[in-house]
Parts: sequence; C-alpha cells; structure tokens
Amino acid sequence: MVLGYAFLYLPIVSVIVYSFSGSDRATTWGGFSLQWYGALLRNEQILEAAQRSLTIAAISATAAVALGTASGLALSRFGRFPGRGLLSLMNSAPMVMPDVMLGLSSLLLFVGLQQIFGWPERGMTTITLAHITLTACYVTVVVRSRMTSMDASLEEAAMDLGAKPWRVFFVITLPLIAPALLAGWLLAFTLSLDDLVIASFTSGPGSTTLPMLVYSKVKIGVTPEINALTTIIVVLVAIGVSLAGVLMHRRERSLARLRD
Amino acid sequence: MLWLALFFCVPFLIVLKISFAQAVFGQVPPYTPLLETSADGATSLRLHASNYAALLADPLYIAAYLKSLLFASVSTLCCLLLGYPIAYGIARAPRSLRLLLLVLVILPFWTSSLLRTYALIGLLRANGVISQALAAVGIIEPGQAVLHTDLAVYIGIAYNYMPFMILPLAATLIRLDFTLLEAAADLGAKPWQAFVRVTLPLSFPGILAGTLLVFIPAVGEFVIPDVLGGPDALTIGRVLWTEFFTNRDWPLTAAIAVAMLLLIVLPTLLFEYVENRRVAREAQS
Repeated sequence: MVLGYAFLYLPIVSVIVYSFSGSDRATTWGGFSLQWYGALLRNEQILEAAQRSLTIAAISATAAVALGTASGLALSRFGRFPGRGLLSLMNSAPMVMPDVMLGLSSLLLFVGLQQIFGWPERGMTTITLAHITLTACYVTVVVRSRMTSMDASLEEAAMDLGAKPWRVFFVITLPLIAPALLAGWLLAFTLSLDDLVIASFTSGPGSTTLPMLVYSKVKIGVTPEINALTTIIVVLVAIGVSLAGVLMHRRERSLARLRD
Repeated sequence: MLWLALFFCVPFLIVLKISFAQAVFGQVPPYTPLLETSADGATSLRLHASNYAALLADPLYIAAYLKSLLFASVSTLCCLLLGYPIAYGIARAPRSLRLLLLVLVILPFWTSSLLRTYALIGLLRANGVISQALAAVGIIEPGQAVLHTDLAVYIGIAYNYMPFMILPLAATLIRLDFTLLEAAADLGAKPWQAFVRVTLPLSFPGILAGTLLVFIPAVGEFVIPDVLGGPDALTIGRVLWTEFFTNRDWPLTAAIAVAMLLLIVLPTLLFEYVENRRVAREAQS
C-alpha cells in the first residue's frame, strides 16, 4: 500500500524538487534557485495561454453545471418520460468515448455549421462549446447521484403547501444540491483545464490553450519552466481541493445538526 | 437534452457520413459530397467503402488496433494488481483515516494528466529512479532507459488511470461485511483461502467497474503513448491523430474513428452481458 502511494506521488514530488533546481537541464540538480519561476512569469506565451485556458474552463464549467443540473433533474425526478433511455445513454456516451473521437466529431460539426451558417469561427468559442458537451455529462452524473440519494419528500411537502415548481426548485432543491453543484463545477473546471486532445481538434489559429502549449514544449524537448508550472498547478489544486473539502464537510455537519 | 443531441449525436452522424466519402486534397472541407447532382438534375447517393477497405488492407492499422488493445489490457492488469492492495488498505483503515487516504488517491488526478505524464519522463530516463529500480530488480539492463519503450507506456497508463481503479474497488470493499472473513477464519480457512474464496468474489463488481473505467479510455489514449512510447508504440489514437493533423485525410480519419468505436463498444457489451448473466444466475440460486 505504501508502495502504491509512493508510485502515485513519486513523479509529482520529483518535478516539484527539480522546479527549484538552478540547472538549465530539467533532470540535473544545480543548486537551489527560483530562476524558473522568474522565467515562467516573464514568458508571455505561457501566461496568455494560461489565461485563455482559465477563461474557457470557467465559462464551460458554468454552462456545464446549468445543463448538467437540468438533465440530472430530469433523469432523477421526472420518472419515466419518453426519451429517458436515450438521454441516459447520450449522457454516458461522451464519458466513455475516447477524446480523439469527441474532438474529431465536434470539429466536423463546427466545420459543417460554419459552411451553412458562417458560425462559429474556430477558436475559443468552438473549444468552449466542445468542452461544455464533455463536462456537462460529468456534472449530470454528480447531480443525479446526489438527487437520487436525497429525500424527495421535502420537495413534495413544498409542493403540497402550494409552492410552484420553479419556486420549489430555487428554494428547496437548489440549496440541497449545492454541494453537488460545487463538486460538479470543480470537476468540469479541471477537466476543461486539463484537456489537450479536444482543444487541439477544435481550436483555430491564435487560440492555443495551456495544455497545447505544454504538449508542444514537451515534444520539442523538456524545458525546466514546465517544472515550475507543474508545481504551481499542483499547489493550487491542493489548496482548492482542501478548501472545497473543508467547506463541504462543514455544510454536511451543519445539515446533520439541523436534522437532529 | 437538446444540447447533447446537437453537439453529440449530430457530430457522430457526420463522422459516419464522412467516413464514407473520398478524400479530396487542397479544398475545405477536404472530402467529396455524398449527394451528387448529376447533369440531368437527378441526385444520387454515393457511398465509398474505400476508407474501410484501406483500413483492412494496410497492416499498419490492424497492428495499431492490436497494439492499443495490448496497451490497454496490460495496463489495466497493472492497475488492478497495484490498486487492489491500496483499495483494500483504505477499506480496512479506521474510518477517520479513510477520507484522507481517498483524497490522497484523488489528488494527483486533479492535476493535469499531461503534466503527470511529463513528470514521469524524468523518472523513466536512463538515470531516472524507475529505470534504476527496474534495472536493480533485473527487469531491464542496467544503464538502459525505460523511456520510449512499451514498458514506459504501461507504466504511464497505469499511473494515470490508477484512481479510476482504486475508487470503485474501495467503494465495494468498504461496503463488504468483514465479519464474513471472521466466520471463514472460525471455520478454519487460512487468510489467503478466506481472501480468495470470500473477499475476491464479493469485490467482483468493483473489479469489473474499475477494469471498464480504465480499459475503455486506455484504448483510445493518445497522449501517453505519444509522449512516453517509442515510434513503434502506434495506437489507434496516435494513428488517428497523424492521419488528421499530418496527412489531413478526413474521411480516413473518420473511418478509423468509427472502427475504434466498434472496437470499444463490443468489449463493453460483452462485459455487460457477462455481468447480467452473473446477476441473473445469483438471483436464481
């Protein structure tokens, strides 16, 4: 078990260690130095790509949460409706589908649309649209499992007391599934931030995302700047995950206290 | 719902459509239309099966499919062998420690898989820790690098997909009733006997879920074989990527994609069939 955890963390730890190396080769130790962090901060290409990736991730995560909540709600609350099986299938399909397939099919759709309507131009818009499609499915799964494990009686009670459906949704359902929405948003955000393959297919000139840039750098040859970049991302993710964990833990506790 | 129909189903149909077209270079989009209007105004449907014929005729493609399956199955096995002890440890850990251990498994997964693959490069070089460790055990020659070999791809996929194996396994093992093991011990079973005859069969749903979660995406994997593998580590994902970005043969790319889909859907259906049979048999007995 210790060996397994070592396997999971060894690569990341080694990158973090080498990010502080003063040597300009990525794998030899040249004394402690912060030079690669400085180089990273001066590299406008990387900064620009990072900003672009973050924008795409934020937009697609938000849209994915909206869409995913709608289908999660439909799948868990509306019983059997026509098209339920199809919706459920369409939802799991993009998750098991390889990235290359999703990227290719999205691109072909965008090319077709552009021929007919002259929209969308390939670039950030198309990447965002493709990412929404992918991540909405994951959000649906998260929301759906939360809704099925949740007691529907509260909603029914509100309905009995005369609340209109949309009011029930915003006053009762939404606060109750908020942790799932947060988890879904974070998941969608990281998935979008991480994606190289779909972005490569659907991007246009001048819309290089961070993973695309990293990939091209890794292909050309290892640059120590990437070590610094990885370290920063790992630290940010660790902070984000622990923060979300603490928040959710507190919420669950206060909910449990309310119930008692 | 409409969104998925528009951005998921329609694109798939387009891929299917283009896979039957013929490549035309130097125009956008680079393929022939399926519906052709001939001189007398009649519209006719033209399906070209040449792309599929090309797939079957060229051993390169068949080799790539086999290679993908090989990479995926060996890596899945590695994931299972390495992940099972971890999942078991998590399930047997005290409740307060369990959450922390689970988060520690998921944490690497939240960082970019590309960056994690990149992180492996340094360790797989000739002077890297993993290469040296494997040389010490005698699996590879001393001074040799694991990087750019098939072994590197196995390690890469196993490393990247480990959480997908551990999480369903741990979920099943946590729910497992450990008093059953005590009962087995009381009845005289040795620990390994109890494990093989009680724990292993009861954790089968977790094993199956984990295997599917690792195997299916691993078949279509592009980044790991491309970055860690050698030039002969040609997987379907890589072939598709090259056909599209380097050769710009869209119809052939589409045909590869459709064939890959068949290849992945078939094992999934088979697994589900076996699993349903098993559940039905258990319900009967």
